[in-house]
Amino acid sequence: MIPGVDGFMYPNEVELQWSVLIVLYPFVTGLVAGAFILASLERVFRVDAVRPTYRLALLTALAFLLVAPLPLQLHLGHPERSFEMYTTPHSSSAMAMFGFVYLWYLTVVLLLEIWLEYRSDIVRLAQSSKGLWRLIYRALTLGSMNVSPRALQIDDKVGYAVTVIGIPSAFLLHGYVGFIFGSIKANPWWSTPLMPIVFLFSAMVSGIAAVLLLYMASMKLKKWPTDMRCVDTIAKYLFYTFVIDFTLEMLDLIHRTYESDESFRSLNFMVHTRLWYSHVVLQIGLGTLIPLGLLAATQLWKFSEAARRAMYVTACSLTMIGIFAMRWNVVIGGQLFSKSFLGYTTYKVELVTREGLLAAIALMLLPFVIFFVLVKILPPWQESEAHKA
Amino acid sequence: MEITRRDMLSVGGKLLMIASVGATFEQITGAESAPDTYRVADHWWGMIIDIDKCIGCGNCVRACSNENQVPKDYFRTWVERYEVPEGYVNPRVSSPQGAINGFPPSKQTSLKSFFVPKLCNHCADSPCVQVCPVGATFVSPDGVVLVDKDYCLGCRYCVQACPYGCRYLHPETETVDKCTLCYHRITQGLTTACCENCPTGARQLVDFKDPKDPVHEFLRDNKVSVLKPSMATEAKVYYKNLDGSVR
Repeated sequence: MIPGVDGFMYPNEVELQWSVLIVLYPFVTGLVAGAFILASLERVFRVDAVRPTYRLALLTALAFLLVAPLPLQLHLGHPERSFEMYTTPHSSSAMAMFGFVYLWYLTVVLLLEIWLEYRSDIVRLAQSSKGLWRLIYRALTLGSMNVSPRALQIDDKVGYAVTVIGIPSAFLLHGYVGFIFGSIKANPWWSTPLMPIVFLFSAMVSGIAAVLLLYMASMKLKKWPTDMRCVDTIAKYLFYTFVIDFTLEMLDLIHRTYESDESFRSLNFMVHTRLWYSHVVLQIGLGTLIPLGLLAATQLWKFSEAARRAMYVTACSLTMIGIFAMRWNVVIGGQLFSKSFLGYTTYKVELVTREGLLAAIALMLLPFVIFFVLVKILPPWQESEAHKA
Repeated sequence: MEITRRDMLSVGGKLLMIASVGATFEQITGAESAPDTYRVADHWWGMIIDIDKCIGCGNCVRACSNENQVPKDYFRTWVERYEVPEGYVNPRVSSPQGAINGFPPSKQTSLKSFFVPKLCNHCADSPCVQVCPVGATFVSPDGVVLVDKDYCLGCRYCVQACPYGCRYLHPETETVDKCTLCYHRITQGLTTACCENCPTGARQLVDFKDPKDPVHEFLRDNKVSVLKPSMATEAKVYYKNLDGSVR
């Protein structure tokens, strides 16, 4: 008997190949895509109510996007060779496109949109600040100091175009991550054409919830009043997106159960045993049904502002846990059962190793540090605006 | 002493003779690393396995492990034992340490029991090759799925994509490792270590491009199957009398 193994595993399957770091990868890219799509609501779809979170959403997306490749780099046996994916990509590999999708999204979409959005502020700060800050802002202007109404009008038009391109790019970024898993025919837990679209909607859910939480936390820290019109609108969009996401996930579940192909017994047993807490309790119960119930309640009945804020914070926090659990269940769950469908292994999270828990925690904290720095350099709100709210 | 032109030619001729005899001897003993005679385009390698002949001795696993320096607890080949005990419909499957030490005597009375040697299926339409982001894993022109360990990133996407569990990350090189069909041997005209050490001839290396290879008769005269045919990988390891329960 091999410790941690029940039934029969192919001998090379006992050890999991993709660790908690690979759980972080779709979780982090999901936050990026979701945050950006929230930002695009204001820019492209003219949802003015969410304006206070526009810049915040962009900075959130950037902070997480900068961290997105790090778990992959840490996971690789030879990270020094990762550049080969740019120089000699294998055209039939879904994974080979990651570098290009990432670079496209980072440079063409996010950095460009943030720069255009902030350009007039950067120029103003380059002129008004002193010392090191002045140098930083002067560098950030990229030599473009023209803030005439005509120039700003062009900025706005180009920014709009970038956002329009950015929406399908955000869909591409996370739908693509779903495809990496969904296209593996050897693994019935992953192999479904619904995977990219489930990933996409769950990304939107997590990104919207993350921005809502960050906005409310920022207001609390700054002791500024929360713009309730803004948070109510975001909560409404979160609710709608969540309903679609949950529907898709249930469709997948019902389809698998009804179809009951040769893998079903094995997967069903896994969900009822090894994945029970993370899948049924955390993902479906705590991470989906409760937040959906809370969000539905705010849509159906009237609550005081304080009660709504508390409900939103609870719902968003649980949503984040639920989406993380979803990523965990996909990545780890997909490796716990044998491809012989005759046995199960166990994932032992290591603590202080390259792919251990501490590395994962550090990688999850890093975006918040980057976010803090970004907010310091590029303040997402004007004090006067916030007080108006 | 003065060296004449005649002496020079005489000594030079003797040295040349010694060198040519040495070179001929070296060729006879097969000490050269790659014979010029091997042409990749003339071969298309695979394997045939006769389930009824496998006795589960584990010789193949040990031979492979020794030949290829396979790290402990990882397997380029392994053997599974299928047993259907009395009162059961579905088989019980085991492969203790990949059967490197064979199998202990069965504790149960089985209605049916058989052994299934496993290895990389060297698929012609291989999912592992498809997913490798840098093309480090590839099908050689003679039909062997190989990994370039100087190029592999160690991302392990191919491990996930292999339906048969044939790949692992080598703990020392941190690159993916798998059965090479003893490529270093078969290009020398030898058979694989596992086939050479199989006492019953249950496994045989075959060359589909060789019209005289017994594989053609084997495929013609027997009921054969590949593992997981629904995966449509065009596996090139054919099993004779493969039970439907084998995954």
